[in-house]
Amino acid sequence: MTTVLDDDTQPLEPWAPPATPVLDVRDLHKIYDDGVQQVRAVDGVDLLVERGEYVAIMGASGSGKSTMMNILGCLDVPTSGEYHLDGIDVASLGERQLSRVRNQDIGFVFQAFNLIPSMTARANVELPMMYAGVPLAERRERARAALEVVGLDQRANHRPNALSGGQQQRVAVARSLVNAPALILADEPTGNLDSRSTAEVLDIFDQLNGLGRTIVLITHEDEVAARAQRVVRMRDGRIVSDEWNEPRDAMSGAAR
Amino acid sequence: MSTLEIVRSALRGMNANKLRSVLTLLGVLIGVGSVILLVGVGQGSATAVADQIGALGSSTLTVRSGGVSSGALRYQNLTTTVSDALTTASQDGTAPSIDAVVPEVSTSGTVTYGTESTSATVIGTTASYFEATTADVAQGTGFTQNDVDTSRRVVVIGSELAETLFGTADPVGQSIVIGSTPYYVDGVLQTQDSSGIESSNSNVIMPITRAQQSISGYGDLSAILLKATSDDTVDTAKAEAASVLNSVFKLSSSSDASYTISSQTQLLSTQESTTSTFAAMLTAVACLSLIVGGIGVTNIMLVTVTERTREIGIRKALGATRGAILGQFLVEATLLSLLGGLLGVVAALIGSRFSILGIEPQIVGSSVVLALGVSIGIGVFFGGYPAARASRLRPVEALRHE
Repeated sequence: MTTVLDDDTQPLEPWAPPATPVLDVRDLHKIYDDGVQQVRAVDGVDLLVERGEYVAIMGASGSGKSTMMNILGCLDVPTSGEYHLDGIDVASLGERQLSRVRNQDIGFVFQAFNLIPSMTARANVELPMMYAGVPLAERRERARAALEVVGLDQRANHRPNALSGGQQQRVAVARSLVNAPALILADEPTGNLDSRSTAEVLDIFDQLNGLGRTIVLITHEDEVAARAQRVVRMRDGRIVSDEWNEPRDAMSGAAR
Repeated sequence: MSTLEIVRSALRGMNANKLRSVLTLLGVLIGVGSVILLVGVGQGSATAVADQIGALGSSTLTVRSGGVSSGALRYQNLTTTVSDALTTASQDGTAPSIDAVVPEVSTSGTVTYGTESTSATVIGTTASYFEATTADVAQGTGFTQNDVDTSRRVVVIGSELAETLFGTADPVGQSIVIGSTPYYVDGVLQTQDSSGIESSNSNVIMPITRAQQSISGYGDLSAILLKATSDDTVDTAKAEAASVLNSVFKLSSSSDASYTISSQTQLLSTQESTTSTFAAMLTAVACLSLIVGGIGVTNIMLVTVTERTREIGIRKALGATRGAILGQFLVEATLLSLLGGLLGVVAALIGSRFSILGIEPQIVGSSVVLALGVSIGIGVFFGGYPAARASRLRPVEALRHE
C-alpha cells in the first residue's frame, strides 16, 4: 500500500481508547438575513462523527445540507453554535489557523470538481502540499502515489480539460487525500457524473474508508447514500433522521 | 510556501493566458519605451543646441550696422574706420576686455576648379579671424598678416567646399578661380558642426585687402567680429565696444544706436527656448503614453483577478493563506510590469541608436528610473488591490463566483 494511505492507520488499533470525535457539532445555526426576510439555512444541528465513519448527508435542495457542508469544511462561518473539528474549536481560530485546518485536516471534493484549469493533474494534486510546505521531491512522490490510488497515474501530465468528468473528479479525490486529512468532505461528488464514473468514484471512497478514512458525503441519490454506513437526513435546516445502514454496519465496528 | 514557489505559480499564471500577458507586456513596453526615448530626443536636441553654441564660440561678439530706436530703424555705415577705432581701443587700454577685432566683408561668388563649379560665400578678413572664431585650419595653413598687407591671392576653404571641388584629392597648393581671378588654396578648415547657424564648411576665406580689391569693392564692412578676453568678459567687452562705437558715430547714448552688437549665445537663446518647449511637449506626450499603457495594465489586471476569483476560492479551500494568494498575484503583476518595463528600456536603447527627426536621442538616466518605477508601481497597485480584496473573501463566496 502507498505511503499516502498509511499515515492515518494508528487510531484504528482495536485496543485504542475512544478517540476524539472527528466532527462534534452542537446547536449549529446559519441564518441569512438580507433585511427583507430571514432564511434559516441551518437551524439547530447536532452531529457527532467518530473517526473512520462513512456518513452520507441527504436532503432535497434547500434543506441546508450544502450550507452545512461549507461550515464543516471551514469555507463558511456559522451564525451561532459550536463546531469542534478533531477536538479543535473552529470558532477560536484566526485566519491563518483556519487556512492551516483547511489544508491539513480537511480534504474537500466538490460537485464541480474545482480543479485549476491551467495546471496539470499532478500540479493540481500537489497544490495542497505546496501550501503545506512539503519539499518538492516528496510532493512529487506523494502526488504520484495519490494518483495511483485513483487509477490516474498514467494521466498525471494532462490538464483537466483533457480529462473526462469522472477522471477530473478522481483527480479531485486524489487532491483531497494527499495531505492525509482527518476528514474527507464530499459535496455531491457524483452530481455531475454518469453512472459508470459515479461507480468508480464511490469505489474509491469505499476503498479509502476501508483504510480508515473518515468520509462525510452529501448526496440526494439513494444509491450513493446506500454505500455509506450511516445516513443523516436533513429537511429545512434540521436533522430529521440519523440511521445506520445494516449490512455495512458490522464492517466498521472496530471504530466504535 | 517559499518565494520560489510563489514565483513559479506566478509564472504559471502568466503562462496560462499568454495573449493577455503579451498584451500587458506590450502596454508597459510602449509606455516605458516612449517615455525614455522621447525624453531622450528632447535631451538630444538640447545638447545639439549647446554644441552649436560651443562651435560658434561663446566669447565672440558680432557688430553689425543698423539698429532700432524709438521704433525707427537707424543706420550708419560700418567702415574700416570703425574697425580701426575698435582695434586702437583694444590696444591702448580703453577697451581691455576686447582681445581681437576682426573686420569682415562677405559676398558670394562662383568658385571653379577644373570642371567643378559651385557658388560659395566669400569672406574677406584678417589673419586674426582664425584665432577669434572656432574655425581651425585642418590642412595646410591659414594666411598671415603679411598676406593681408600684400593682398596676396590666397584662400582657405571650408571642408565641404573642398570635397565638392576636389573630391578626395588634396586641395592645398591647388589653384581655384573665383570670379575670373585665380587663387592658391593655402589651407582647408576643419569640419564644423553643420547644424550651426553660420556654418563655415562651404565658405572661402581670403585676405580682406584682396577681397576688396577683386570681389567686394572698397565699400562697407559686413560685420566686425570681436573676441572677448574670456567667456566671462563678454558682457564687459560688449559695453566697451558700445562706448567706442558711440564716440565714433557721435551718438549720445546706446539707446539710439545705429548698430547692433550681438553675442553668438544670444543668437541661439531663441532657438534654445524653442528647443526646450519642444522637449517639454515630447515629455508630455510620453507621459500620456505611459498613462495610457498604465490604464491598459490596470484593466488587464482587474479582469485577471476578477476572472480568477473562483481560482482564489479553490486555492483558499485547499489551505492557501491570504498572504500566499496576495503574493502570487503581486509577483505576477510585478513580473509582468518589470519584464515589460525592461523590454521597454531595451527598445528605447535600440531606438536611441537611430536619429529621430534629425536628432540623436540621449538617454536620460532619471527618465529610465521614473518610467520603470511608474510602470511597476501601476502593476503592483492595480494587480495587488483587487487581489487583496479577493483574498479577503470567505472561500465559499469566492467559489460561488463564476
